[in-house]
This record gives sequence, C-alpha cells and structure tokens, in this order.
Amino acid sequence: MDYNPYTFLAVFFLVAVGFALVPLGLARFWARKMSLAKPGEQKNAIYECGLEAKGHAPIQFKSEYYLYAIIFLVFDVEILFLLPFAVAFLELPIGASIAMLVFVLLVVEGLAWAWMKGILDFK
Amino acid sequence: MDEGLRSELSKQGIFTVKMQQILEWGYNSSRKNSIWPLQFGLACCAIEMIATSMARYDLARFGAEVFRPSPRQADLMIVAGTVTKKMAPQVVRLFNQMPEPKYVIAMGACAISGGPFKQGYNVLKGIDRFIPVDVHIPGCPPRPEALLHAFMTLQRQIDQDTLFGANKPRHLDKDALGEFPLPQFGEHDIEPPYNKEVWEPPKMVRE
Repeated sequence: MDYNPYTFLAVFFLVAVGFALVPLGLARFWARKMSLAKPGEQKNAIYECGLEAKGHAPIQFKSEYYLYAIIFLVFDVEILFLLPFAVAFLELPIGASIAMLVFVLLVVEGLAWAWMKGILDFK
Repeated sequence: MDEGLRSELSKQGIFTVKMQQILEWGYNSSRKNSIWPLQFGLACCAIEMIATSMARYDLARFGAEVFRPSPRQADLMIVAGTVTKKMAPQVVRLFNQMPEPKYVIAMGACAISGGPFKQGYNVLKGIDRFIPVDVHIPGCPPRPEALLHAFMTLQRQIDQDTLFGANKPRHLDKDALGEFPLPQFGEHDIEPPYNKEVWEPPKMVRE
C-alpha cells in the first residue's frame, strides 16, 4: 500500500492538537454548565486585604535607592581589596602596588562622582 | 433503573451506577480533597490554625495545606478569632471576593458567638450573622485536633453535595446570592446588625 510519508506527521499533529484542546474544551464546558459566574462589584474589585482600594495601581515609583546601592558597592569592594593589600604590603613588588593604586583610583573616582551628584547629603 | 433489578444484578456481580453518581463522585471528591484555605487569622485561634498546618498535626494530609494569600484562589475561609465590629465588614468583603464554591469554618468561641467578649460593645456576636458558616468549632481556642475534625466534617458535607435537583448547593443555584451585603458603621452599632437571609435571632418558645 502506498502512502504519503507525511501522513503520519499529519496524524501526529492532529492528535497533539486534540490532546491539548479537548481537556481545555471540557473544562470550558464544565465551567459554563456547572460553575455559575456570579460577578459583582465587590468580587471584581481589586484585592487589598479586604479594604477598598485607594488610588490607582499604575503609579511611578522613585528609583533613588539604586544610588545608595552603588555607594555601598564602592565602599564594600574597597574594604574587600584594601585589607589583603595592607596585610601583604611589605612583600609586594612595585608593579602590584601601582596596579592597586589604579584600582583605588577607580573606586575613589566613583565616590567623587557620587559626591558631586550630591548623594552623600542625606535628604 | 428499577431498584429490584439493580439488587438482582448486583447479586450476579454486575454493578450499575447512574451517570449522575459518577459525575457527583468526581466533582465532590476533587473538591473535598483540595480545599485551599484563605491565609487569614484574626486572633489567638490563628496560632492554633498555624499549628494545625505544621508538621505535628499536618493539615496536608487532607490536601488543605496550601494557605492562599489571596481570596481569588481560596475555597475556605477559616474565621480564626475574635471578629470585632471594625473588622466585620472586611471579613464579609473578603468572603465576597472568594470564588464559588466557598466554605466557612467559624473557629473558636469568639467567631461563633463573641465568646468571652460577648458582653462587650465592640465584638460581633458570631460571624454567622453575616456569612453562611458551614462548620462551627467550639473552644477557646480549639485544639488543632478540633480544627482537623472540622475539616473532616466539611469534607463529609461536600461529599453529600448533589449536582442536580432541588437540594443542590448554593453555588450551583442560579438565583442564590453571590455577594453578601456589607455591614456599615451606624450611629450606635453596625448596620444592619445581622443579615436576615443567613441568620435570625433565636425565638423564645414558651410551652
């Protein structure tokens, strides 16, 4: 018997689609017949722990706190690298010291940027 | 099918059921074995409720350990504790926001009657004045075993629900109330003091 080799693919496709859609359709049928929708003003209202919602949900949040996270990172990394640097300071070759100074300069640069931006003044 | 024929067939080893029985079995057993409570405690009874959900008493055995923080996903409201008159509208509102079918367990003396605060001016004398309570648990507070017993009682109640006919449950009734009216603060008390459709003051009968 001759048949198109793609017939199997078509059958698989139909079974796959049916496998997904039949349960969804059954659930939909059951929901329509057996779970009566009783919408209402309170039921459709926004859930806020039983209270009535105040104001609107889509409002702007100020993202100022990321700046504090950046300053924390500056000091945190500085401490992390400066302590081992201080301990091993006497045995270090000149190249390592210069590399460390460049790194500290980068971190200080970040601090200066934050200072200029006025973040260090706590409002 | 005739009852005599059914018993005659069952003697021969042929068991017959109605389609309705199969549907009801599937519907009821799937609901009763996955009751998700609303994560919601009002007073000291809530501590017992928390203990019930923990390892020692293990509410998970009944498929009910998934305490939901949103009423949209909850089937059961456990009113665990004192319902003050200030809190009563919120409790009713939360109940209204739960999808059907929904059940209520009134846990402890306060939730069922006002308990030790019954004489007080600010405590609701039973949450069943505003929402339909399925199971009442006495106790101050009830032991976790009592809450487990209430769960099993509720499961037995759910198991007896019918899908069709005159005595089908409230959530299958097209005309039944979907939302219960919220009490408001009045001049002296909450208005109305109770919902006439779910509660009536007990009448004294003299003989």
